[in-house]
Amino acid sequence: MTSMDIHRMRNTADPGLFTRALRSGLPWKIASVALFALIWQLTAMSGFNFAFPSFTAMIAALWEMLADGSLIAAFLRTMEPLVIGLVFSIVVGVGSGIAMGLRSDVEWITLPIFITMQAAPMAALIPLVTFVYGIGLASKVVAVVMLSLPVIAMNSYKAVRNVSPSLVDMCRSYTGTRRQQITQIILPAASPMMFAGLRLGVAEGFSGAVLAELLITPTGVGDLITYHRSIANFAHMYATIVAIVLFAIIVVGLLQWVEARLFRPERRE
Amino acid sequence: MTLYGHHVPKMASLIVWVILWEIVGRFGLVMLFPPFTEVIAAMGEVVTSRSFAEAIRITVISYLLGLALALVLGIPLGFLMGLSRTADKLLNMWVNTFLSAPLSALVPVFMILFGLGTPTVVVTVFMFAVWIIVLDTRAGVRHVAPSLLEMSRSFGASWSELFKIIFLAALPEILAGIRLGMIRGVKGVVIGQLLVSIIGVGALFSLYQQNFQMAHFWALVLLLFACALSLAELVARLEKRIQYYAGERN
Amino acid sequence: MQLSMTATAGPGVPVAPVREPIVEVRNVSKLYGNTVVALQDIDLSFEKGHLTSLLGPSGCGKTTLLKIVAGLLQPSSGEIRVKGKPVNGPGAERAFVFQDFALMPWASVLENAAYGLKVQGIAKSEREDRARHYIGEVGLHGFEKKYPHELSGGMRQRVGLARALAVDADILLMDEPFSAVDEQTRRKFQEDLMRLREVENKTFLFVTHSIEEAVYVSDRIVLLSPRPGRVSEIIDPQISREISPDDLRRDENYLDTVERIWTGIKKYVE
Repeated sequence: MTSMDIHRMRNTADPGLFTRALRSGLPWKIASVALFALIWQLTAMSGFNFAFPSFTAMIAALWEMLADGSLIAAFLRTMEPLVIGLVFSIVVGVGSGIAMGLRSDVEWITLPIFITMQAAPMAALIPLVTFVYGIGLASKVVAVVMLSLPVIAMNSYKAVRNVSPSLVDMCRSYTGTRRQQITQIILPAASPMMFAGLRLGVAEGFSGAVLAELLITPTGVGDLITYHRSIANFAHMYATIVAIVLFAIIVVGLLQWVEARLFRPERRE
Repeated sequence: MTLYGHHVPKMASLIVWVILWEIVGRFGLVMLFPPFTEVIAAMGEVVTSRSFAEAIRITVISYLLGLALALVLGIPLGFLMGLSRTADKLLNMWVNTFLSAPLSALVPVFMILFGLGTPTVVVTVFMFAVWIIVLDTRAGVRHVAPSLLEMSRSFGASWSELFKIIFLAALPEILAGIRLGMIRGVKGVVIGQLLVSIIGVGALFSLYQQNFQMAHFWALVLLLFACALSLAELVARLEKRIQYYAGERN
Repeated sequence: MQLSMTATAGPGVPVAPVREPIVEVRNVSKLYGNTVVALQDIDLSFEKGHLTSLLGPSGCGKTTLLKIVAGLLQPSSGEIRVKGKPVNGPGAERAFVFQDFALMPWASVLENAAYGLKVQGIAKSEREDRARHYIGEVGLHGFEKKYPHELSGGMRQRVGLARALAVDADILLMDEPFSAVDEQTRRKFQEDLMRLREVENKTFLFVTHSIEEAVYVSDRIVLLSPRPGRVSEIIDPQISREISPDDLRRDENYLDTVERIWTGIKKYVE
């Protein structure tokens, strides 16, 4: 038996939990978080700004808000416009993206709008929206949609456009109808990139939801941030911000994990 | 698209949308849209006002400062992550975190740390722009063809010569990162000023909002959009001129 | 493990001893990690002024060996001697030609061809003169101002060749130089290489996976076997240079040698 064979056999053996943790880079992630916490702590201890709480104080505040339920309650309120807005963006965005990718007339009429929306600072429109829809839920939903829709639509469009023409030709050569081409070739081939677009759209949606709460009326997470800032309760304010950033990252990370599982078997271990 | 055998330019459909906007505005179908002609009329007023010039000045200065900061810190950081595995493993998680995090949530922090003025906006622009620059620089450095470095080494090149090769080979990716960073930076400068709301275009926006001057508000939005789009277009063109040598990499 | 013999001729064909070795590989082994043996106990000498091919199926470590000779990789054990002196890094007496050309996309043909001289600190006007000369030599006269992406694959490799020739090294190390160009260009290239050998008094180490190419261009073929990489056989094709390139491919001796090598390699090909 050569050394290569031995090597191969070792690889097929089921690795223990510890080995798997090592291989996934978990120790590095822990070191990375520890480094961040340390820098935070040292910065705070150097007294560079009175409004900069120590890392430990922030964690204590985070724990306190988790325990008394105020954080959960705020998150639930923030989630409401986010979820409604995202559902709308996904349905409309994916639909229009596919339509633009398949039909050149739809592309001609709608693509410039989405290109503009994606490159322009759409956040500037949020105050305008409150003119019309007031300071309630509707405005916040619109804010989420404005930020997440363009990314989702543009990615769906590009996904359809990126489908390999030879695959479509293959389907045609076996006398596949247009309908079969779309349902059996184009949509499956485009779905990984579309899903990636959804992930980016969700990240933008979070931005929209937070911005809406900060700009329109403080509710949910935005309310917690504004309130604790106004009473100079900085540890709590930081804890809220850390919590929302962390939550957004976890959601996006989860989507990324699902994406890897669904579409890229070669990347699975 | 072609219509009756004539080629119709790509962005021409915007004219259709503008006409539609005018109709919607005239008949008051959607409250959000005042007639487009009114917006254009307001645009003249906005542009000639003294506060506009001041707002633009502050916006441009804070944008350029934030972007410069992002370049000066972002490119070396990307280089470090591309060259050192340890640095990459320690920092990659955070760079990716900040890349997809709702950065708007951080602006209130900047406001208490740096005050309600230009520094906060500068930091916001920096935070919006820097991470994609870091990540693209890192990718560019990572993807330098190993044979190019071996070639240089086989002739006995010095460290500075190798560094030059890495930089030039990574340049297309670095430029792509800068372009994306610039677009993100525009969003940063707008969001920062909206939240600070007492300086620059942010102050103008709140002024128009408080006085219910919808047409003025739209005029300012359109001006901002036009600036953002021309900037993106300009950088894309510059990038294409450099891209002549990027044709080889896939 | 029956293939560990070195420097032994196949049945019936004697291999001439190396009279004037310019490159010597002494007991070289290369391990990746602790388990993967890329090369094991390689002992070889390369004749001055000859073209020696390293031939073998993928995974036999031929490119690794060439890069060790170039000084781009360090052997895990053993040593490399060039002109009698041990070396452990790149040097001016060796020049490398890369499989993927390794051209700088931002530099013109002239700048690319002059790069080796630039690194060696030759003044601009002199290095450009010498680069221009070799650009002409490889048949790219008039393309000095072009950029790599404006050239075809074959032309790009000619630039890589000009760059290696310009530094006037005694030894040219070529790593599958023609594998990324199309078949027609490849044949033309092989013929040019033969002509170049007549003109330039240089030693060539040539890595290839093409049996036909090796038999066609080489004075000597070193056959490597994979996992771990070892020398399995050494063959001197002994094909008369009198035969024209067009007739050669129908030459009986040529066809027999190709056949013999294929029989030896076959068992390693999955």
